[in-house]
Amino acid sequence: MSINQIAIAYLVASVFFILSLKGLSSPLSARRGNVFGIIGMIIAVCATVILTKNWELIILAIAIGGLIGTVVARRIEMTQMPELVAAMHSLVGLAAVLIAIAAVNNPEAFGILSDTGGLPVVNRLELFIGTFVGAITFSGSVVAFGKLSGKLKSAPVVFRGQHQLNLVLAVIMLGAGILFMINESWAPFILMTVLAFLIGVLIIIPIGGADMPVVISMLNSYSGWAAAGIGFSLNNTMLIISGSLVGSSGAILSYIMCKAMNRSFFNVILGGFGGEVDSEDTASGERTYRSGSAEDAAFLLANAESVIVIPGYGLAVARAQHAVKEMTEKLLDSGVNVRYAIHPVAGRMPGHMNVLLAEAEIPYDQVLEMDEINSDFSTTDVVLVLGANDVVNPAANVPGSPIHGMPILDAFKAKTVLVVKRSMAVGYAGLDNDLFYMDKTMMIFGDAKKVVENIVKS
Amino acid sequence: MQELISPTVVNLTVFVLSVFVGYHVVWNVTPALHTPLMAVTNAISGIIIVGAMLAAGPENLDWGVVVGFVAVLLASINVFGGFLVTQRMLEMFKKKEKSKPEGKS
Repeated sequence: MSINQIAIAYLVASVFFILSLKGLSSPLSARRGNVFGIIGMIIAVCATVILTKNWELIILAIAIGGLIGTVVARRIEMTQMPELVAAMHSLVGLAAVLIAIAAVNNPEAFGILSDTGGLPVVNRLELFIGTFVGAITFSGSVVAFGKLSGKLKSAPVVFRGQHQLNLVLAVIMLGAGILFMINESWAPFILMTVLAFLIGVLIIIPIGGADMPVVISMLNSYSGWAAAGIGFSLNNTMLIISGSLVGSSGAILSYIMCKAMNRSFFNVILGGFGGEVDSEDTASGERTYRSGSAEDAAFLLANAESVIVIPGYGLAVARAQHAVKEMTEKLLDSGVNVRYAIHPVAGRMPGHMNVLLAEAEIPYDQVLEMDEINSDFSTTDVVLVLGANDVVNPAANVPGSPIHGMPILDAFKAKTVLVVKRSMAVGYAGLDNDLFYMDKTMMIFGDAKKVVENIVKS
Repeated sequence: MQELISPTVVNLTVFVLSVFVGYHVVWNVTPALHTPLMAVTNAISGIIIVGAMLAAGPENLDWGVVVGFVAVLLASINVFGGFLVTQRMLEMFKKKEKSKPEGKS
């Protein structure tokens, strides 16, 4: 195949990738979209194999990697999806760094050798950008993975002069990168890469566990930009196209997540939110609230005509989705109209709650987005809040409240509210939730899964 | 004499246009599918495997080829893992579609 034919193959593959993303606009076309993505990947890989000399080695690497990927994809629990996604971002980042190292070592292999025998200056610039984005993606994702899987503490790590330190490191890193661009030597390249790894760790540690939806989307975006950066330095249009598709996708998701929390992107990135606020509201226990048992809840639910379930982070942690499904079926059998309301930031990554409910085989037409269901709360008999807090806090409607303006699910408008929670503790916004003290609210303390199982029993 | 457009400018053109395409396509993705979207973009960013294959490509085996080999391995974990896990998630959405065919989407 000539180089032009390969370029055409890359173009075809890129079109398939675009169709793949387009397919996800509806659950009906989504599976076809995934197949398009696979076809695109096969075309791209086959076209590239022809360019390489030792294809046996490459097939071996793909076989090993493919086996690992297959086993992981089969075994992973849906509650662990955020960890898996974070881990995969880190792989892309690391691969980008490795490719960059290989390119500095042997530019000829990539067909980007300049007349003087080294890398052309422009490619060095592009390579240095691709490398540091890749390195930040890698180490940042490793930290995010650690926080999500509970191997690292998810509380934000904040220390004095943190932002100044990051800034100084970033300046040194860019300086080293520019030095590499000028003289193409290894020392500044290595220094730059090491600093980028360090910066990746430093920018993720101050971000608290509850902001993980934003962090994951952001790293998703970075992994795309890293691929695009490598594409620039290798003059490979397909890497540029796919990388920027992924990059813009991640950027949009980050934007949607930030908007749903009514916080600016920089506010999240600068971090520190959620850790220091623990001491703020210790007096909250003095207010009176009504608590009840699972039996009381079962009675209320069984006698309601319409029920809306609001699942949150707590449901995901307790892995209660199957128990919830069982409860729903019982209620549906006795003629109760049950629906689910999902806040955009529920769960630990965008759309996480939808997947968990889907796993429990809850039909997706019972699962509604915030905008679709908010007007129905006032006509609903019982709202069951499972492990959610800030997303139902009516304080968002009160001017002056820290979360003022954040879009919430209007649970407080319903006739009765049942809240399943482990304790009266505040949510990550560090705010007391007025909903819990309303006369029509009944608190049921306990693990979401156990409580729901008890409701099912009685 | 005719001046040739530098590859960097061509790359930049491709880049800017793809960002626009990505932006418009992704806004149409329904929020319920954001997690599968992320998994599938993960698989697509595994396209970096193409660069990794070129790194592992040269005939004479030096350490650069070994680095490329490792990169191919890592990227293919992403490709296989990403597409398969997306497939698995979307299967879950499919089951319900059958049990409630009259449902709106």
